[in-house]
Parts: sequence; structure tokens; C-alpha cells
Amino acid sequence: MIRELWNLFALFFKIGLFTFGGGYAMLPLLKAELVNKRRFVNEQELLDLYSIGQCTPGIIAINVATFIGYRQKGVCGAIITTLGMVLPSLVIIVLIASVLQNFADNRYVAYAFAGIRICVAALIADVLFDLTRKNIQNWQNTLIFIGALVLLVGLSLSAVWIVIIAGMTALIFSEVRRRRK
Amino acid sequence: MIYLLLFFEFFKIGLFAIGGGLVTVPFLFDLAERYDWFTTAELADMIAVSESTPGPIGVNMATFSGFKAAGISGAVTATFGLVLPSVIIMIMVAKLMQRYSGNTRTHDILGGIRPAVLALILFAGLQIGKIALTGSLEVLMFAALLSMMRIWKQSPVLYLGLAAVLGIALKL
Repeated sequence: MIRELWNLFALFFKIGLFTFGGGYAMLPLLKAELVNKRRFVNEQELLDLYSIGQCTPGIIAINVATFIGYRQKGVCGAIITTLGMVLPSLVIIVLIASVLQNFADNRYVAYAFAGIRICVAALIADVLFDLTRKNIQNWQNTLIFIGALVLLVGLSLSAVWIVIIAGMTALIFSEVRRRRK
Repeated sequence: MIYLLLFFEFFKIGLFAIGGGLVTVPFLFDLAERYDWFTTAELADMIAVSESTPGPIGVNMATFSGFKAAGISGAVTATFGLVLPSVIIMIMVAKLMQRYSGNTRTHDILGGIRPAVLALILFAGLQIGKIALTGSLEVLMFAALLSMMRIWKQSPVLYLGLAAVLGIALKL
């Protein structure tokens, strides 16, 4: 038990340490660690976690950590994974705020982060190739995907609304399908 | 006393900031106006640092704000306050999901939301790309990294390390 909790802690510490940016930027890392390597969840469940995280209070990164921890080892697991996720932030930010005050102004740090941002964009593109192929297979899903993009870019609608509208559209499609049978 | 206040304020942010980490920014501006913990100018710097350090942005900003307000214990208190609502709510959600996982309607709805989440991910990727791909060298590096990912399927950590080294070597 202690060993498994320790492994969960270490896993989320690593995820917290290598997350750059917001919740979406960490999806490639989550997919590699939680889906491909450990098989804690499958791809669909990971995307569902994002849907839920988008409409529930709190930060998506923490929502995902808590959910996975709870599924693996109950309330104890949920607390451990969340702690693992926030610990790198705590240590690094406290260090920067107290000792390395010019961290963000340092030239080499800026170069490294310019590189990292390019990598995050590439990682997201890479994950999207895999995920769209598997999750957008019929015309209903294609319509929801394109509709969501139009609402996002055209009307700059917030993500919460995108998820709610998509869910209602999906419910209508599923009811229509059921009536026809 | 300041710890209780910090905990309460960040608990509120954790409860009402729905969505990604940057959603917490308006709440933090509100804090800067109501308390003398940090100024709005400091907040702008804090956002820049939070975006360019490891860890989820929302957590980074809570830690930073707490530290400015009351040192290390302040950082721990603010972070703890921020994550507590998520932990409680997600445990309830996990229980509900277990109960309704066999329901066909739930299944259909979640299946229909997935393409929308992919659109959200694409949108987030495009925004990062807009900031990151500023010149032809950057685009070339993007293409090279993406090809490597498609061919070798290594851990993202490896590519992130490589990109950081390349960024310094090429003075991006």
C-alpha cells in the first residue's frame, strides 16, 4: 500500500514538474504516462476527464490528479496525487520568489522557454493526430468538432459553454437514433 | 489570521474558477485591489513567471501570491486552499462516474463531448503556436520535433529537454 502510494506520488510529481503552461499543455504528458505507460485510464476516459474538468470548479490539472488518485487508491490516493502535483510548483516558485528573483529575466532561461513552447505546440499537434483519428469517425462527431471550433474562434465562447452545448447536441443525436430503431 | 484569510480567499478561487488556470487571473487582480498582499504590477510579473516555470499555471500563481502575502507558510496555505474544492468535488464526481458508467445516455453524451474537447485542445495548441512560432527557424524546429514524435514515440519529457537545449543553442 505504502509503496503504491509512493509510486502515485512520484508519478504526479513528475507530471507537475514537466507541465509547462495550462491544463491542455499537459495532455500529451498525461496520455504518455497514464494511458500508454501505466494504463490507469484509456484515451476516451482521459478526454472525458477534460470534459468534466472543464465544467467543474478548480484547475483541470488538479481535477485530473485527484480523479486518477481516487480511482487507484481511494481518498488517500486522491490526496497523494494532488500533493505530488502541487509540490514542484511550491518548491520552484518559493525558490524563485526568494532567491532567484531575476529568473524570468535571465537570457538563457528565456531561450530555453522559447524552445519549450515550440515543443509544447508540437506535442499537442502529435497527440491531436492520434486522438482525432480515433474519436471523430462519424458525421455527428465531425459536426460537433467543427461546430465547437466555429463557436470558439468565431464567437470566443468560453470552454464551459462549448462542453455544455456539445453534450446537449450529443444527447439529441442519441435520442433521434434511439427513436429510429 | 492572515493564513485563515489566505485559505478562505484561495478556497473561493478554487471553487469559482471554472476551467483552466488562467481563469484565476481576474480573481487575483481582485485580491490585489482588496488586500496589500501584492500590487497589480507585481501580479503581472507573477503571471509571467508562472507561465515560464514548471507546474500548472493556476497552482503556480496561488503559490506565488501566498508567498508574497505571508512567506512559505502563506504559499502552502494558498495552494492548499486552491486545490481543496477540486479534491472534494472530483471525489464526488469519481463516485458518480462509477455509478453511471453503464448508462447508455451518459455514454452517448460523453462520446459527443469528446470531439468538442478535441476542438478545445486544437484551439489551445493554436494559441501556443501563435506565441511560439515567430520565425522560420521556429517553424523548422516545430516540424523537426513533430516528425521525431511521430516516428519515435518517445516520452514527452525527452522532447521537452531536447527543445530547451535547442532553444539555448539556437538563441531563440
